[in-house]
Amino acid sequence: MALLEVSNLGIAFGGLQAVAQLDLKIEKGHLYGLIGPNGAGKTTVFNMLTGVYTPTEGNIVLDGKDITGKSPDLISKAGVARTFQNIRLFNDMSVLDNVKVALHNQIRYSMWTGILRLPAYREKEHEMDREALRLLKIFDLDKEASLKASQLPYGKQRKLEIARALATNPKLLLLDEPAAGMNPNETAELMNTVRSVRDQFGIAILLIEHDMNFVMGICEEITVLDYGRVIAHGDGKSIRNNPKVIAAYLGGD
Amino acid sequence: MFRLKNMRKSTKSNLVTFGIVIGFYIVIQILSALGLLTSSLSGQLVPICSYVILAVSLNLTVGILGELSLGHAGFMSVGAFSGTIVWTTLYGQVPNWLGLLLSFVVGGVVAGLFGFIVGVPVLRLSGDYLAIVTLAFGEIIKNVMNACYLGYDSTGLHLSFKDAASMNMDPTGTMIINGAMGITGIKKASTFTIGIVLVILTLLVILNLINSRAGRAIESIRDNEIAARSVGINITKYKLMAFITSAVFAGIAGVLYSLNYSSLVAKKFDYNTSILILVFVVLGGIGNIRGSVIAAALLTVLPELLRAVNDYRMLIYAIVLIVVMIFSQSPQVVAWRKRILDGIRSRMKPGPKAKEVQ
Repeated sequence: MALLEVSNLGIAFGGLQAVAQLDLKIEKGHLYGLIGPNGAGKTTVFNMLTGVYTPTEGNIVLDGKDITGKSPDLISKAGVARTFQNIRLFNDMSVLDNVKVALHNQIRYSMWTGILRLPAYREKEHEMDREALRLLKIFDLDKEASLKASQLPYGKQRKLEIARALATNPKLLLLDEPAAGMNPNETAELMNTVRSVRDQFGIAILLIEHDMNFVMGICEEITVLDYGRVIAHGDGKSIRNNPKVIAAYLGGD
Repeated sequence: MFRLKNMRKSTKSNLVTFGIVIGFYIVIQILSALGLLTSSLSGQLVPICSYVILAVSLNLTVGILGELSLGHAGFMSVGAFSGTIVWTTLYGQVPNWLGLLLSFVVGGVVAGLFGFIVGVPVLRLSGDYLAIVTLAFGEIIKNVMNACYLGYDSTGLHLSFKDAASMNMDPTGTMIINGAMGITGIKKASTFTIGIVLVILTLLVILNLINSRAGRAIESIRDNEIAARSVGINITKYKLMAFITSAVFAGIAGVLYSLNYSSLVAKKFDYNTSILILVFVVLGGIGNIRGSVIAAALLTVLPELLRAVNDYRMLIYAIVLIVVMIFSQSPQVVAWRKRILDGIRSRMKPGPKAKEVQ
């Protein structure tokens, strides 16, 4: 059984069918790409997978559990983490605290332990600091740990979002345009990072990306959306040569 | 290494805040012992403590949770009334310390309960809508308490929202709340020392809450609600936690305030009071707990200090507000202040003393 099984997923906003009849199968430890022209419904798919939108049809099964229409915090607990197309960090909090927030459900202590500063408070806070710094180190952000998130340069903010997503200990990581706004060097570096994250954490990654070198370079399987429907599915080579995909991107009949 | 430095930074900042409060207490005690305290100022001491608690607790909602609440006086009101009822009914029947303790506990719990009742529907809203609903809550509480007649006799409790006659109370019964006249004949119990102890308690709870797992969750909701949910934060739970904690301390501050006077009327806790507390929070810096403490204390004393120039009192008060606002918030002035400070620092650097300062 696959890690994530999406069947017949669809959502309509009023009369607009944004996504329809979407089937998706994601295996543990694999890298998937979701591509398509602007407005194809890619981010809408992410929003349904993470509970931001409630699908109007179909279902989403993660690791044998139905998570269709669950609230985002429950889906996060179930093991789906994401980054955002337009970066959404906790800007007024430190880089370290951004990751510590995401450890919320991994390392726990009660409100009273915090208020009364019981012994568990120190112990758990140290554990959180250690774990957060370990994650930041993977993305070479440990030296900036005490800066505010908003003080980081753009590329590092994108990395911090990934570090934060990983802190929730996901089984499936969704990356929404991770290479947006990056130069070719940064993109190449990011490709290595994404690959090594997959290897180190053994998780499945599904990413939306417009940079075709990036997608073709690391994704083992690619799904192409157009007008909310899957028009092609396969490995990089078959997608590149698929006439439907070429027509969707370049126009044509 | 990093962790130690970071922990020390927040702990140090908190210690400075506690230092300011305790220092203020000691200075007042010395002034009082030397007989240098004017009666108008000593009369302000308990209100100062009360307003400090209110400002700090409102800052939890406005600065840390990031939701504008205009009904803080409403929570102060329900706390004040419930606490004062406990105090006056228990007076003489239990030791005073126990009666006082119970009235603070009841005032806090009742206000917290109202925080929960109001918070559940209201926290689904945000921004302007939340502000308007909390504003309405404050007004409703004021009007309900204004029309509330409560008393007891041998047959039990009597309550009416019309007038004293429709309570059907025995003439020998005791009136607790007499409509717009409120509660009268309260035995004064609040002292400056109690006030300071409560201020320290409030600061301990709220600062510790902020620097904990729950506090980070609350802050993350302020910074980005969608991202907070995506990393597994139950936002309803943490919004409520912040809102209720804020209400509990507003209730405690209400009890402290009302037990400083011989009578308690609902009119006191109106829109203006809510705005006044918000002014303390904004002036002290949104999210800055120490700023709230200082702003609340100074702005409570200021009108009293300006009594000498009575005619221009409110004019000067308004000008002070505007100047402080510009001085602390305007980007140009902040940059200018930073330049001046950096200039002073760089001039001091070669000296051995400068290092100690830094």
